[in-house]
Order: sequence, then C-alpha cells, then structure tokens
Amino acid sequence: MLEVSGITQIFGGVTALDSVSFSMSKGDITGVIGPNGAGKTTLFNIITGIYRQSAGTVLLEGKDVTGLPPEKLARLAMVRTFQNIELFGGMTVLENVMVGMHTRSSAGLLACALKMPWSISEERRISVGALKWLEFAGIADLADHTAGSLPFGKGRLLEIARALAVEPRIILMDEPAAGLNSQETFALAQLIKRIRDLGITVVLVEHDMELVMDICDRIVVLNLGRKLAEGTPREIQESPEVIAAYLGDDD
Amino acid sequence: MKRDFVLFIAFSLLVVAVPLLFSGGYLMNVLVFVGINTMLAIALNLLLGYAGQISLGHAGFFGLGAYLSGILTTTCSVNPWVAMPAAAAVVGCLAGLIGFPILKLKGHYLAMATLGLGIIMYIVFNETVDLTGGPSGLSAIPNLKLAGVSFDSDIKNYYLIWSFTLAVMLFSLNLANSRVGRALRAVHDSEVAAQVLGVNARLLKVQIFALSAVISSLAGSLYAHTMTFVAPASFGFNFSIELLTMVVIGGLGSIYGSFLGAALLTLLPEFLRGANEYDIIIYGGLLMVMVMYMPGGLVRGVPALYRKVVRQKSVADHA
Repeated sequence: MLEVSGITQIFGGVTALDSVSFSMSKGDITGVIGPNGAGKTTLFNIITGIYRQSAGTVLLEGKDVTGLPPEKLARLAMVRTFQNIELFGGMTVLENVMVGMHTRSSAGLLACALKMPWSISEERRISVGALKWLEFAGIADLADHTAGSLPFGKGRLLEIARALAVEPRIILMDEPAAGLNSQETFALAQLIKRIRDLGITVVLVEHDMELVMDICDRIVVLNLGRKLAEGTPREIQESPEVIAAYLGDDD
Repeated sequence: MKRDFVLFIAFSLLVVAVPLLFSGGYLMNVLVFVGINTMLAIALNLLLGYAGQISLGHAGFFGLGAYLSGILTTTCSVNPWVAMPAAAAVVGCLAGLIGFPILKLKGHYLAMATLGLGIIMYIVFNETVDLTGGPSGLSAIPNLKLAGVSFDSDIKNYYLIWSFTLAVMLFSLNLANSRVGRALRAVHDSEVAAQVLGVNARLLKVQIFALSAVISSLAGSLYAHTMTFVAPASFGFNFSIELLTMVVIGGLGSIYGSFLGAALLTLLPEFLRGANEYDIIIYGGLLMVMVMYMPGGLVRGVPALYRKVVRQKSVADHA
C-alpha cells in the first residue's frame, strides 16, 4: 500500500531522518511511535507532500509519488489530519466536510457562479455526502455550528470526517488522541477501527501507548531519526531496543 | 437558499424603485457611483474577504478597464459593447499572468507587490501620453447604446450601471455559496488543510485574482462610458485604499457588506459637504470607531447592535 525507502531529511546541519524505510500493507492500522524529536511528524510531512525530503522515495500502491504536492496526493486517495487540528474555523461543520468532497466534484468557477444545472445537482450530492460522513463520525447534530466554536474533541472528529469525505484509500493521522480525555480516546479507537473496516489503510503517529497497542496491527518505532524496530504490538513491547530508547539504558 | 433568493429579489426591487421614490439628477449621479464602487468592492472582497489575499493595486485594474475601453472606442472606433468584453479579457489574462508569480507571496509581501503593480499602472496611465492623453485625460468617450437608446442621462445610466451591479452581485453570491466559494474560504482559513483535501490553492488564488480583475475592468469600462472622460487621478493609490476601506467597513466575506461599504463611503462625502474642511476629521474618526467597535463590518455590526439595544430595552421594561 505505502512503501517508503531511504527517507532522509536534513534541516541545516541536523539530520532529522536518516534513511528510514518501511512498508505497510493494505487494510492495516500501522502506528508510528517514538520519543519526542524522533522525526515522526517530519516523516508524515514528507509522505504527505508538505516537505520535500533530501533523499528517498515514497511509493503509493506501487506508484512513485515522491515530491508530489498534497493536492495531487488527495486525488490519489491519500489524506491526512494534523496534530493541532486544522479546521476551516469560519465555516460551518457541514461546509468543512463539503470541502472534503472537492476532489469528488468538478464544477468550475463559472459553472458555480452561473448556477448551471449540473452544478446545482452536484451541490446537492455534495451536501448529502458530507452529512453521511458527519453521521459516520457521530457529529451530524453539529452540522450547522461554526467549526471554530467546537470543543477540541469534536473538532478532532470533524477533521477526521472531513478527511474521510475525500474517500481515501489511506489516511494518515498525526497524534489523533492528543488533547483528548480517556472517554474521547476510547471513542476515537472505535472510530479508527470502523475506518479500517471500510477497507481504508490507517497510519497514525501517536504518543498514547494504550491506544497504539490496542488498535495497531503493526508498529514502527523511530528514535533519533532512525528506524529502531518494526513489528506487532507484542514484539515491540518485548523489544529490548525499544525499552532502552524509552526508559534509558542501564549502562 | 430560499432566504438568500428572497433577499436578492427584495434588494433588486429596491434598486428599481429608488428613482421612482426620489428624483434629482444629482442623486442619480451619486448612485451611479455607488453602483460602480459596489462592483469594485465586491471584486476586491472576493479576493480579500473570501480567498484571504490582499491587493493594494485594484484601482489599477479599474483604470486599465476604463482606459482600454476609452482607447478602443475613441482611437480605434470600436463599438463600446465590443470594447468592454475585449478590455475585460485583456485585463483578465494580464492579471492571470501576473498572478502566478505574485500570489506565491503572502501577507505583507503580497501587499507590497500589489501596491507596486498599482503604482506601475498609474504611471503608465500618466506617461503614455499618446495613448491615454496623459495627466489631462482622455475625453469624448462614447456612451453605450442599446436598441437606439443612448445611455446619456443620469437616470438611464442609473439603470444601466445597476443592471450590471446586480448581475455582479448575483454572480458573486452564487460563487460564494458553491464548491469553489467554499474552497476559497478554506484556503483563507487553512491553506495547508485545503491542499491536503485536494484543493489546488495556487491555481485557485490565480483564478480568483483574474476574476477580481475582470470585474474591476468591467466597472472601469462602465465608468468610462458613463462619464465619457477618464483621467489618471481617479485610478491612483488613494482609490485602492478607499476600495480596501469599503470592503473592511462593509464586512469582509459578505457581498451585501460590500454594497454597504461602497454606499457609505460614496455617500458620506456628500453629506459632509456642509462641514467644509472638517469633513476629513469626521471621516477619519468614523473609520476609527468602525474598526474598533465593528470589526466584522456594518453587515455584522449593525444587526448585533440592534439585538443588543432590543435586549437592553426588554431588560429595562421588565425592571
């Protein structure tokens, strides 16, 4: 599904990522974990086309997508969410998700402004589809609220609903549980599992170990810009390198 | 959706009715300017209020439309109805070409680049004397004619200009509440999130910049054909700032707000005529008060003020 190889990122003199390679298979939930500064978010930004890496390639479903801008990746059915949720604060909750359907609609500037018949029927399809994703995320009752006024937890659900409206085959979530209470985190875990059940491959960067161990099929551990380990949650929990990286060495 | 439609119909009826309720060539003449300025404010608002991209050079596009229309119809004897779309097409292409490099810039840098663009256009209007007549202007621009009727009186011009203004309003209202309008607002709120969802922010910004220039050019052509005379002084930096003020005072991201801002800033100098040289002080003071107490502009501030007054009144009645 997604294969990264030899990803290296150098900021000035600092090597943030040093030849990181791994692959994830279709339909899995993969967790990327590691201590602060391990390069997890940098890796996400590279995969999703926000940063351009110093070296290395990204393959999406066998296709080389290295260096493609995010809007092209969205059309290849890859989407992401952000650590500090990036909502369109001035728009309603429904409108936010409607923007998510941008690649699934096509009316151009003039067709929209002149209200061509096809743009009207497309508009109806967009709002019906958007509402469906709000229902999936369990926030349909907030459809007419302004996104900027939502509490953080609901905002997180909105961001996920909006990303799902792209109808991705792979979704990358940057710390989806950050800032959520335990009840919200539990609901999030259920939601992520339901996303996987739709056949969508999920990749998440996460600090909440309980969540990661609970829902992930595979885990990749980064430390100081290098891949430290890779395996099932059980393998990772028992890996001496990982324990050393998190808890410190005895030496 | 229904409510928006009713509001637009009501507004259109009001526009049609005004000359029947009030008379006077002078008032009609002022209202012609309100119409032209409304188009310009909407054009800038699409860019600034919706897409979140500033332009301090829009008076230049307005002037370019006016001059192209003027030169085509005088020097080249082209029919005004042909000259207007031709001017708009040229301005649109030019804005698109310039837009690609400069819309990469953000914030203050974009403001500086568009400021420079406006100043360059102003200098061109002044210095290409053979084409534009230079500082003394271009005169004897023909009026528009339709089915034998020449638009040569204030009342005829009122209906001419406002037909176009209403069309621009409807066009922009439709655009604002559409797939493209949402994408614009999305780019405004979070460009990176919009991109991640598949919005080509770069292309969209260039498109809206070009559209904004086309509407400004159209307003410029109409200005040239109703005034029959154009001079560079109308298209300087000051006017770009005045347009910006109309958009902010009326309300960013609101089409009707642009009308309110344009109407206020066009009518206010007329009312302040009696105040002689103090008008500029009243004018400046009003702007400061507006920005401090109604940052959302008239279109949001006035209803909020009304609700506040009603609530206080009901509290007082209960007490």
